[in-house]
Amino acid sequence: MNSIADSLLLAAQLISRADADLWRIVGLSLRVSATACAIGAAAGLCLGAWLAVARFRGHGVAVWLVNSLLALPSVVVGLLVYLLLSRSGPLGDLGILFTPTAMVIAQSLLVVPLIAALSRRLVIEALRDGGDQLRSLGAGPFTSALLMLLHERFGVLTVLLTAFGRAVSEVGAVMIVGGNIDGFTRVMTTAIALETSKGDLPLALGLGFVLLAVVGVVNGVIVLMQSRTSLEREAYV
Amino acid sequence: MDLMLRAIRRWALCHGALLAALVVAAPAWSQDKHIVMASTTSTEQSGLFGHLLPVFKQATGIDVRVVAVGTGQALDMARRGDADVVFVHDTAAEEKFVAEGFSTKRMPVMYNDFVVVGPASDPARLKGNDIAAALAKVNAGDAPFISRGDKSGTHAAELRLWQAAGIDLAKAKPAGYKECGCGMGPALNMGSSMNAYVLTDRGTWLSFKNRGDLTILVEGDKRLFNQYGVMVVNPARFPHVKSALAQQFADWVVSAAGQQAIADYKINGQQLFFPNAER
Amino acid sequence: MSSAVFPLGPAQASDAPAGGRGTGTPPQRLVQLIHASVHFGSVQALRDVSVTLHRGDRLALVGANGSGKTTLLRVLHGLVPSDGQRMVYLLPGDRAPVTAMLFQRPFLLSLSVRFNVMLGLWLHGVPRAQRAPRCQRALRRVGLEGVAARSARTLSGGQQQRLALARAWALEPDILLLDEPTANLDPSAKREVERLIDALAADGVTVVMSTHNLGQAKRLATRVAYLEAGRVVVDLPVDRFFNDALPAEAALFLKGELPWT
Repeated sequence: MNSIADSLLLAAQLISRADADLWRIVGLSLRVSATACAIGAAAGLCLGAWLAVARFRGHGVAVWLVNSLLALPSVVVGLLVYLLLSRSGPLGDLGILFTPTAMVIAQSLLVVPLIAALSRRLVIEALRDGGDQLRSLGAGPFTSALLMLLHERFGVLTVLLTAFGRAVSEVGAVMIVGGNIDGFTRVMTTAIALETSKGDLPLALGLGFVLLAVVGVVNGVIVLMQSRTSLEREAYV
Repeated sequence: MDLMLRAIRRWALCHGALLAALVVAAPAWSQDKHIVMASTTSTEQSGLFGHLLPVFKQATGIDVRVVAVGTGQALDMARRGDADVVFVHDTAAEEKFVAEGFSTKRMPVMYNDFVVVGPASDPARLKGNDIAAALAKVNAGDAPFISRGDKSGTHAAELRLWQAAGIDLAKAKPAGYKECGCGMGPALNMGSSMNAYVLTDRGTWLSFKNRGDLTILVEGDKRLFNQYGVMVVNPARFPHVKSALAQQFADWVVSAAGQQAIADYKINGQQLFFPNAER
Repeated sequence: MSSAVFPLGPAQASDAPAGGRGTGTPPQRLVQLIHASVHFGSVQALRDVSVTLHRGDRLALVGANGSGKTTLLRVLHGLVPSDGQRMVYLLPGDRAPVTAMLFQRPFLLSLSVRFNVMLGLWLHGVPRAQRAPRCQRALRRVGLEGVAARSARTLSGGQQQRLALARAWALEPDILLLDEPTANLDPSAKREVERLIDALAADGVTVVMSTHNLGQAKRLATRVAYLEAGRVVVDLPVDRFFNDALPAEAALFLKGELPWT
C-alpha cells in the first residue's frame, strides 16, 4: 500500500519536474504508437471493410485467422519482425533494426488484426441497417463498406483508440526490435521494464502512472472533441 | 471517390491539431556517426555506460547505441550481424566467438567481481571469502539459492563456480536451487522476497534498491573475478559492419583515456570496475 | 432469372392502360415482369407475378403485411433477382430507365443533408460539374435548402423522408419506387411527402408505391394492384378498383377485414 502511494507521489514529481529525459521517452512512445496506429488504420480498416463484404472460398478461414491473430502475443510479433529485419534476415539490408522505424513496423503488425476484426464487426452491423438502401443507390459492396466506416466514424475512432491502447502499452515487441537503447529507442514500457529489473519498483510504478496519465490526456482530448460535435447535433433534436 | 475523400479530409482537418501533435516530424535520427554495441544487462544496469559513453562521444563524436541483453544473446546477436561491437564478460564464450571467425581479436578491458548476497541472518553460514566452500554448504543444505539460468555471463560464471566446487549440477541440484531464467535485477528481487542466496555482480548489487534483508556474505575470492572483453565484429563476415568506427571504440576503451574513465566510475564513492587492459 | 433489355421499338399496346391518360399513342413500356417468383429459403415471397410499368403510371400496391409488396418493389428495381423474366425497355437515346427507391425508414449517412444527396449523385455516376447544381435544385424542390449543411440525422422524420426524395429526385429518375414512404410520419409530414410525390409524378416520373393507406392509394394512384400471399390478385385502374366488383379476398381487404390464415 505504501509503495503505491509513494509511486503516485513519484509520478507527480516526475511530471512536475518536466525532466527532459522523461519527456523524450514519452514523446517517443506516443510517436511510435500513433504512427503504428495510423498505418494500422489504413491497412486494418480496408481489410476489415473488405472482409465484411467479400465472398470467396476461404472467406471463413480469413475471418477466423484475423480473429485468432487478435491474441498474438507482442513478443511473438517482436521476434518475427526481428528475424525479418536482422542482418542475417531477408530485409537486413534495410538496416532498420534497433531503430524507431522497426518499432513502428512491429506495432503496426500488432494492431492490424485488432483494427480489422473490430471494424469488420462495425461494418457488418451497419450494413444490416442500411446496406440494402446503399445498394439500391448503386453502391458496390466495398464502396458500401467504406461508406459505413465513414458513417460510423465515432465507432471507428473507438476502435483506433483501442488499438492505440494496445500499442502504447505493449513491451514485448518494442523491446526486441528496438533494443531499449538509451536515448534512442527507449519508450515508456521498456523503461518501466528496465527499472523493474533493476529493482527500483517505486520508480517503475511511477513511470507506469505517468504513462497512464499521458494516455488519459490523449483520450480526454479526443472525447472533448467528440462531445463538442455531438452537442451540436443534439441541439437540433 | 473524391466525394468521400473530401468528407474524410474535412473531418481530418477538424482533428488536425491532435493528429499533427502525434504524427509530428520524426526525430531526425542520426545523421551523425553511430555504432550498435551488444552488451549485457548487468553492465548497462550498473550505470557504467551512462558514464563512459558520453566521454567517448565527446572525444570522437561517435554515438554508441547499446542493446543490453544476456551475454549469450549478445553474442548471438553479433553472430547474426546485428551489432558492430560486443562488450561482454564471458572469456570462454568470447574466445569461442573469435575462433568461429566472428571477430578477429578479443581485448580484455576491465573486471569487476561477483559476490554472494543472502539474508543477514545467514542460516546456511556462508559468510567468508571462499566461494567453493560456500557453494558446498549450499549444496549440503536446503537454503534457497536463486540462479539466473539465462545463458548470461553471470550464469556461465555461476556454473563454472559450481564446477570449481566439485559439484555436478547436471546430476543433482541442491534442494533449494531455483532457476528463474531472468536478469540480475529480477533474480535479486526474487532473492529479496524469498530471503534466498543469490550470486550477483557487485555493480548490479550496488545500484539495486530493493534489498530487503539481503547483504553481501561472500566476496574477495579470486575465482569471483569477472573479466570483461571487447570485440569488433568481423567485417569479412558482415560487410556492412561499421568496423572503422567500432575499432575506434575498442581502441579507446583500452587506451589510457578509456581506462581512466572506467576507473572514475563510482557508486557511493565505491569503484565498480577495475581496468586491466593489456599495455 | 433472365433479364432482357429491349431497344425502343414500335409502340406496344399495354396490358393495363393507364387510366385518365391521354389519347393516341399507348404509353412507353419501361419495365416488365413475366412470371416472376421469388423465394427466400423456404418462404415464397412472390408467386408468378406479371406486371408492366409504363411511363406515366402511378401504381399503388396494396395488401397485408407479408403479401409481397416490398419484394415486388425490389424485383422491379433489380435489387432482388427472381425466377421468371424481367425486361427493361430502352428509352430514346438508347439509355436504360433510371430507377430510384425510397424506403419506409430512409437510411441517411451521419453527414450533412447536402452530402447525402451528393452521394446519390456520385454513386450514380453523374459528372462532377453537374452534381452541385442538381443537388441544389433537388433540395430546393423539397424545401430543405435551408438545412443543407445540417447533419441528416438531426432532421425530423418528415424531413428525412423529404431528403430521401431529394436524393432520388436529383438522379432524375424515370421510375420511382416507394415502400410505404409515409407509414412512420405524422399527418402534416404525410401530406407534405404526398404533395412531393404528386409533383414528381406530374413531372412524368413513373411512381410505384406500396401503402397500407387506401385513402392514399385513391389520392395518388392511377392504377392499383392488390397482393396476397405473393400473388397479384387484382391489377386495375383506380376508379375500377374502388368501384367495381372485386374478387372475394380483395373485397374483404377493402372492407378492412382480412382473415388470418
